Amino acid sequence: MLKTDRLTKRFGDKLAVDGLTLEVESGEVFGFLGPNGAGKTTTIRMLAALIGPSEGSAWISGLKLGDHDDAIRSRVGVLTESPGLYDRLGVARNLEFFAALYDVQDIPGQVEKYLRMLGLWEKRDDPAGTLSKGMRQKLAIARALLHEPEVLFLDEPTSALDPEAARLVREFLTTLKQEGRTIFLCTHNLDEADRLCDRIAIFNTRLLALDTPTALRRKLYGRTVVFHLAGSDGRFAETLEPFDFVHSVQTMDNKLVVTLEAPETQNPILVRALVQAGAEVQFVGEVRRTLEDVYLQLVERGEAGSDSGKTSR
Amino acid sequence: MHKIWVITRKEWAEVFKNRFVLFTIAFLPLMLTALPLGVLYAAGSGGEAGLSSTDMPPQFAQICQGLSGEECGEYYLVSTFLILYMLMPLAIPVTIAAYSIVGEKATRTLEPVLAAPISTLQLLVGKALAASLPAILVTWFGFGVFAVGVRLISVSPGVSAKLLDPVWLVAVFIVGPLLALAAVSVAVMVSSRVNDPRVAEQVSMLVILPLLGLFFGQIAGLIYINQRLILLMAGVLVVADALLLTLATQLFERETILTRWK
Repeated sequence: MLKTDRLTKRFGDKLAVDGLTLEVESGEVFGFLGPNGAGKTTTIRMLAALIGPSEGSAWISGLKLGDHDDAIRSRVGVLTESPGLYDRLGVARNLEFFAALYDVQDIPGQVEKYLRMLGLWEKRDDPAGTLSKGMRQKLAIARALLHEPEVLFLDEPTSALDPEAARLVREFLTTLKQEGRTIFLCTHNLDEADRLCDRIAIFNTRLLALDTPTALRRKLYGRTVVFHLAGSDGRFAETLEPFDFVHSVQTMDNKLVVTLEAPETQNPILVRALVQAGAEVQFVGEVRRTLEDVYLQLVERGEAGSDSGKTSR
Repeated sequence: MHKIWVITRKEWAEVFKNRFVLFTIAFLPLMLTALPLGVLYAAGSGGEAGLSSTDMPPQFAQICQGLSGEECGEYYLVSTFLILYMLMPLAIPVTIAAYSIVGEKATRTLEPVLAAPISTLQLLVGKALAASLPAILVTWFGFGVFAVGVRLISVSPGVSAKLLDPVWLVAVFIVGPLLALAAVSVAVMVSSRVNDPRVAEQVSMLVILPLLGLFFGQIAGLIYINQRLILLMAGVLVVADALLLTLATQLFERETILTRWK
C-alpha cells in the first residue's frame, strides 16, 4: 500500500528525514513515533505529495511520488497538525467544500454519513468555530475521510486535546481500525500507539526501530520475570546465573528479577533449580515493559537504523 | 473549471460572512457614484457646467467634437469621473486578494487545501475570480446608476450620449475587469510571497498607483482617455493578465509556504 526507499528530505543544510525505508501494508495501522522536530510531519507531507523529497522514492498505492502527485493526493487523506477548518462556515459546508475538491460523487450522502458517524449531524449548520476542540478534530478527521482514501495520514490527532476529547477521537480511530482502514499515525501518545497500532516505527530523523509493539519490547529488553521468594538470600541469584538462556539476574529484597527469552519453557527449569537450592518460590510473574520505556531507550540511544525495514510481523 | 468554481464559491461563502467586508465592497462604488453625481448636480443647478473651455486642457477640445463649449466642459467633468469606474474594480478586490493566501496560512486552513487534488493555477484563478467578480459587478452597477443619474442631472443630452460612447463602454466593461484581474493577480502573488497579511495588503495596494497616475494625468491635461488609449490599454492588459497569472503560478511555492512560514 505504501512503500518508501531511502526517502530523504533536506531543508538547506538541515537534514529533516534521512534515508527512510519502510513498507505499510493494506489495512494496517502504522504508528510513527518520534520526538518534536524528528521529521514526522515532513515525512507525512512528502508521502501526501505536499512537498517533494530531496532523495529517494516512495510509492502510494503503486503510484510513484513525484510522477503522479495529483493522483496520490486524491487517494490519500491527511489530517494536518492543526484541524484547519473554516471557522465562519458551517460544519456541513466545511465538508462539502472538500468533498467537491476531491470530486466526491454523492456529496450530501458522504457528508451526512460522516457527520452522523461522528455525532455531529445535529450541529451541521453551526459555524465550525463554535465547536469544541474534540469536535473540531473529529470534523477534521471526517474531512480527511470523505473521499474514502486508500491511506489515511493522521498527524498528532489527539495532541492539544483534553483527556475527554482525546478519548472521543481515539474511539473513532478504533472504529476506523475495525473497518480495516490503512492508517499512518503520527503520535506522541505512546499508550495510544500501543493500543491502536499493528506496527510501530520509532523515528528521529532516521528510522531507529520498526516492529510490532510487543516485538519492540522483547527486542530491547527481552522478557522480564519476577520470582517472589520467602525470605531474601543473595545466593539464589548465583543459582540462576549459570543458565545460558538467562540474560541477567537482579536481587531486589525478596525478589529475583530475571531477563530471559521464553518464560513459558524456561520458568519451570528455573523454579526447579531454585527449589533444589533451597528457595521457597511463592509466585512467579512477568513484568510488562511499557512502550514508553522502549521509546525513551531508543531515542536516547539514537540507535543506528539496523532494524530498518525488518519486521517480525 | 469545476474546481475553480468550487474555490470561488467557498471564498464568497467565507468572505461574505463578514459584514464589514460586504460594506467595504459596496461603500466605494456607492461613494464614487454619489460624489460625482452630487458635483454634477451642483454644477448643473448653477445654470452651467461650471467649466468653460478656458478651464480645460486645450487638447481635450479635440474629443469634444459636436459639443458646444459648455457641453464640452460638462463632458470633461463627467469623463474625469468615469476614470473612477476603471479604478474601482482595481482598488476594491485588492485587500481581499492580498489576504487570500497569507490569510489562509495564518488561520492554518491552507494545508488541507493544498493536500487536495487541485492545481496551483486552479487555486489561484479561483481566488482571483472570487476577489474580482464582486468588485466588477458592483462597479458595473455603479456605472449604470451613474449613467442614469447623469441623464437625469445633465443639462445636455449630447453629454449623456457621449457617456455611452463605445470608448467608455470598452473602458468600463472590458478594461476595468482586465485591470481588476491584473491587480488581483499581483495581490495574490504578493500574498503567496509574504508571511504577514498586513504586509500583503500594504504592498498590494501599490498596484493602484498607475491608474491613479492616469486619473491625475487627465486632470493635469497630460493624458486623455480616447479610443486609441483605451484599445491600447485593453491589448496590453490581455497580455499582462496572462503573464501575471503565469508568474503568480510559478512564484507560488507550496513547499516554502508550508514549511517556512510560521
